[in-house]
Amino acid sequence: MNQAMSANANVDTARQWLKRQSRWSPFEIVFWLALLLPFFLFPTYLPLASQIAIAALFALSVDLILGYAGIITLGHAMFFGLGAYAAALLAKAGWSEPLTGLLFAGVFAGLIGFITSFMIVRVQHLALLMITLGLGVLTLELANAMSWLTGGTDGLRVPRTWPIFNYFRFDLWGYTSYGYTLAVLFICFLLSRLLVNSSFGLALRGIRENVKRMPAIGSDHHRHLQKIYTISAAMAGLAGALLAQTTSTVALDVLSFTRSADVIVMLVLGGTGRLYGAIVGAIIFLVARDQLAGINPQYWYFWIGLLLMVVVLFMPKGILGFLSRLAGRRDND
Amino acid sequence: MSSIVIVLFDGFAFGMLLFVLSVGLSVTLGLMNFINLAHGAFGMLGGYAAVTAMRLLGFPFLLALPTAFLAAALLSIVLERTLFRRLYGAPELNQVLLTIGMVFVAAAIATYLFGTVQQVIILPSWLRGSVEIAGMRFGVYRIFLIGIALIVTALLVFGLERTRLGAQIRAAVDNQRVAKGLGLDVEKIFGITFALGSGLAGLGGALAVEIVGLDPSFGFHFLVYVLIVVSVGGLGSITGSFVGAALLGIFDVAGKYFWPEIGSFLIYLLLVAILFVRPLGLFGKR
Repeated sequence: MNQAMSANANVDTARQWLKRQSRWSPFEIVFWLALLLPFFLFPTYLPLASQIAIAALFALSVDLILGYAGIITLGHAMFFGLGAYAAALLAKAGWSEPLTGLLFAGVFAGLIGFITSFMIVRVQHLALLMITLGLGVLTLELANAMSWLTGGTDGLRVPRTWPIFNYFRFDLWGYTSYGYTLAVLFICFLLSRLLVNSSFGLALRGIRENVKRMPAIGSDHHRHLQKIYTISAAMAGLAGALLAQTTSTVALDVLSFTRSADVIVMLVLGGTGRLYGAIVGAIIFLVARDQLAGINPQYWYFWIGLLLMVVVLFMPKGILGFLSRLAGRRDND
Repeated sequence: MSSIVIVLFDGFAFGMLLFVLSVGLSVTLGLMNFINLAHGAFGMLGGYAAVTAMRLLGFPFLLALPTAFLAAALLSIVLERTLFRRLYGAPELNQVLLTIGMVFVAAAIATYLFGTVQQVIILPSWLRGSVEIAGMRFGVYRIFLIGIALIVTALLVFGLERTRLGAQIRAAVDNQRVAKGLGLDVEKIFGITFALGSGLAGLGGALAVEIVGLDPSFGFHFLVYVLIVVSVGGLGSITGSFVGAALLGIFDVAGKYFWPEIGSFLIYLLLVAILFVRPLGLFGKR
């Protein structure tokens, strides 16, 4: 009796802990309000802002598997590209309604993610890197070979997307684009937040910390990993679909290895294993690239490489982790 | 029929090139579990060292090859002491990021020093042209390449099987903790192996210039090939690297020759299939 009660009490504290974790802090509210600023302060930068929102969504999807479940992937652009092509081809077939297109792309990428997840959970270490890399390049080569469908290196022109809710037209200045991408990012962020602060999210962190111990305490780690991989693939597909719908073009570079590498760089800059790391990393990366656009891309990668090395050696938890350590706050995870 | 023989021969020669480029990574990965994505960049360094030695210092080709080996080995010792050593036993993501950062930096430095143009090596006349055997023409340089690779293999096998250092390396690969317990200085052994492996990559880079050219993207481009060889062959196995490299070379050349549309697609399909069935590679033990 007594034991049962104390067990109950433990469950309650665990719940309370999760609840505490998921409480909104004022910083977060200010952060999201600040993301509305481009509408008023820098309207000329709205196209860049929607690029950032798309990249942040993509980075968020990678954070779920890399930061929380410890799956290192070198080929996540595969799902980004699949989503982009799915949305583009649906639009080409005559259906340019944005929300259903988005849903279609997400479901398609998620389905492929679910199928490949059976491979992903089987392997670790170098083989995992190679399988993700291999699948990524495989998809790129496939898209290249099927140029009758994908337009090959010339790319696809996507018909103009219909107004959202039949009301918000996609304008030249990018007001609708940014509002649309930001809204999708926010919704996916809320879902991810729920996810990582649930018992499922805790199980994932357990897998990240020790793959062998989780099955020993009765947690079905293969099933958990498959679930999060599928969710992450679907989210990456949404990001790709957003790109196709807002820019009206899709080219082979949506599937490129560079895209897979860039997203990891963003994530690591911002800080892995924290949802805001993905967003902050995407902002820093794309704003820096926009500002340094004049220089030769080769030299741009010199600074990226140097930055990566510095982050790994001196700020292993990314810029956000570094800041929160400076501020003397205990790390959340 | 003769075209099949020629394709097999060219593929095998290309595979031998890949073997020299990647065998060092296989051994060091098996030894320290350190994922060094900058291995291809050492190959690039060797290539540029050979080109520079021949152009500026007037070295003959046969002297440029050991120069490439030494340049890559020396730089790898410096980097191992200052950077790599800090990340032994660190999470693999950190190793991946540090070394991929190094590839970015190396590519930028190569662009700064040499520009993005393709570098060429002028071969001595006895390595040019081809010989005719049974009505088929075989490139002399490719025969030379196969010869070098076989010599390297023989030296490696002899070194690993018959010398004291080789026995120490094998012991450290098999069980690092026991090797340490027996008083072996595993860190030092690793430093030496790392330098030798990077040197071989440098040699491979110098040999590759004639076949595939050399530009700042070499480190990236060959990284994928090198990783395929290592992961398909299995970590820490010279036999595995040899077989993996030969297979990859033959499939790559044959695929591009017979099915140019989907040749590179087949390579990656094969990679994923092999790793799915055997996650540790064909000859991997752990």
